[in-house]
Amino acid sequence: MAKYLMLKHYVGSPAPTNDVPMDRWTPEEVDAHVRFMDDLADRLRESGEFVDAQALSPGGRWVRFDGEGRPPVVDGPFAETKDLIAGWMAIDVDSEERAIEVAAELSGAPAAGGRPLGEWIELRPFLDDRPNAAE
Amino acid sequence: MSALDAGLVRSLAPQVIGVLVRRGADFASAEDAVQEALLAAHEQWGQEPPRDPKAWLVTVAWRRHLDVVRSESSRRAREERVDREPPPGPTPSDDDTLGLYFLCAHPSLSPSAATALTLRALGGLTTRQIAEAHLVPEATMAQRISRAKRTVADVSLDTPGDLSTVLRVLYLVFTEGYAGEVDLAAEAVRLARQLAALTDEPEVHGLLALFLLHHARRPARTLPDGRLVPLDEQDRSLWDTALAAEGIGLLQGALARDRLGQYQAQAAIAALHADARRVEETDWVQVVEWYDELVALTGSPVHRLNRAVAVGEADGGRAGLRALADLDPALPRYAAVSAHLHERAGDLADAARLYAEAAAVATRTAERDHLTRQAARLNRDRG
Repeated sequence: MAKYLMLKHYVGSPAPTNDVPMDRWTPEEVDAHVRFMDDLADRLRESGEFVDAQALSPGGRWVRFDGEGRPPVVDGPFAETKDLIAGWMAIDVDSEERAIEVAAELSGAPAAGGRPLGEWIELRPFLDDRPNAAE
Repeated sequence: MSALDAGLVRSLAPQVIGVLVRRGADFASAEDAVQEALLAAHEQWGQEPPRDPKAWLVTVAWRRHLDVVRSESSRRAREERVDREPPPGPTPSDDDTLGLYFLCAHPSLSPSAATALTLRALGGLTTRQIAEAHLVPEATMAQRISRAKRTVADVSLDTPGDLSTVLRVLYLVFTEGYAGEVDLAAEAVRLARQLAALTDEPEVHGLLALFLLHHARRPARTLPDGRLVPLDEQDRSLWDTALAAEGIGLLQGALARDRLGQYQAQAAIAALHADARRVEETDWVQVVEWYDELVALTGSPVHRLNRAVAVGEADGGRAGLRALADLDPALPRYAAVSAHLHERAGDLADAARLYAEAAAVATRTAERDHLTRQAARLNRDRG
């Protein structure tokens, strides 16, 4: 088994195929999208592949240590930010092939006009920090 | 089903801890000893509890505590002191349990530590359940609770406490909501009931009334698929009228004591909503009057924000927006309230834009989805 992180971006991924901002969808289309996300998580729980899922608020800050006894530097949020994570789903699957399959399913969530969103999902393998018992 | 059901455990655990602390055990060891006694009860009671479950638990917990104290050979002096204490017997007094409330909400504890300790020592929840309800790993919660216990280890149960900190902790527990199998809102109701049985303080009864009135609306607040339903769209036939009636009764009793506080004022507002069988029947003028009282009591910007919503209903969206004017736009839910008032005032384009902004700063998923849907609805209707 190998773990993968499927990252969704507010900003930073190429445009989805069905590129209509969510507040321009109908309320029913919003509902269908939310329901799809919940159902996908449930299906992955049932198949024993679900690890974690989390949505993030877009309003993040940047923080940097600025020397002993000095307050930290806090900046942002930046309107011109190049990359903004919207959330993630982590899965534990048998193969990269399966990970790609799940990511494609996530990407195909219903959107405006009931058509698939086709957003780009960033798929990142976890580094396993357990020692390899076979070596 | 074991005789040791969860309800019994939860009502007895704090009382037994109270007795042990009264007899000289420090809080952390008392709490550990009671957990072990509960475990023993679980193994030994079978189908029938002993005739006096509380006395049984006191006896066993006290014995465990003495075993631990005795095994710490470096603490001879303490052992002698403990040995001089009276043998197990009389049941705890209400004062002991009340003292435990003060201890768990002690001002030296952070809010997260105080809520965790209250749920553990007074609510009788396991660390795993508390962790699950807060969506944190069990090890994290175990650490939080043991640090909290160390923080209050030297505080005496006789130290007079501040009831307002206890009420604030219970309110925090209530608003944490529910995740997984543990229902923190229901837990807060239970803890407030237990507290209200120990003291006549009108604010305690006001807080319990507030909880009951909010809890009464819960069946209508979300749809089966998790969607939020705002107050004005709720199916009021789903409200739990028995809970609401109990809340109103408690509130009337508290108000009759003529010592108004913020929880009584909030409960009064909730009671006015409960009184309206249809949203159109809501007495918004009275709601605004109670908000005026509430704001006078607390000066809280959050209460002023909610007052602006009520003003919008009583006197129209423009008046509501004027009430909002001198508040800080960085307040939580400011954009959502502003969107609602703009919609009420007929500024639909601004309202749609503000709903979308509000969705971007929402802190709960269901709330974000609801606000996105509101923006979508206005954008669709505007074509």
